[in-house]
Amino acid sequence: MIFHILSWLFILLGLFFAITGAVGLFKLPDFYTRIHAASVADTSCAALILFGLMLNTGFSLITVKLLLILLLLWFTGPISSHSLVKAARESNLNPILADKEKEHRATD
Amino acid sequence: MIYAIASFAILVVMGIVLARAFYGPSVYDRILAVNMFGTKTVLLIAVYGFLTERPEFLDLAIVYALINFIGIVCVLKFIERLNSFDENQDIL
Repeated sequence: MIFHILSWLFILLGLFFAITGAVGLFKLPDFYTRIHAASVADTSCAALILFGLMLNTGFSLITVKLLLILLLLWFTGPISSHSLVKAARESNLNPILADKEKEHRATD
Repeated sequence: MIYAIASFAILVVMGIVLARAFYGPSVYDRILAVNMFGTKTVLLIAVYGFLTERPEFLDLAIVYALINFIGIVCVLKFIERLNSFDENQDIL
């Protein structure tokens, strides 16, 4: 019974992270901010949903397969994000920086 | 019932991410959106396997996670090769 409630909690929390990540991907102003939202929310959402699914079954082959999916997503997610940012930086996609003139005038 | 709620919510998230794939001004925005779409597809396959009580779907989820990763790396290598042909401009 406690495992059932815990699994509901984990899955609902994972769905909250997923929706937050998707809304952040849609609304943030720059590519580099969007990739931060996408990769962080994506990885944690996968972990929470798969943990919630793992709690529903006893310890069997299904749990081992879910753990394998989780390990794959944990290892390949940050690698994809890092190579994407590196490729974008090397091909002259500039981030939106703060206005440097305003900073100079403020410190004077 | 939690599996039905989770499937519906993951489908909604995939729709929002697809909007970014259509709208994104650079090609890297679109690659990012497709990567996230693939990860959500893996989760959807796993949750759907629990919904219909067939544990064979987890094998599909493992295979699709690998295919998604390889696909993203291949597309990035392709774009890097296209960029190295003309160094002064990129293919935004």
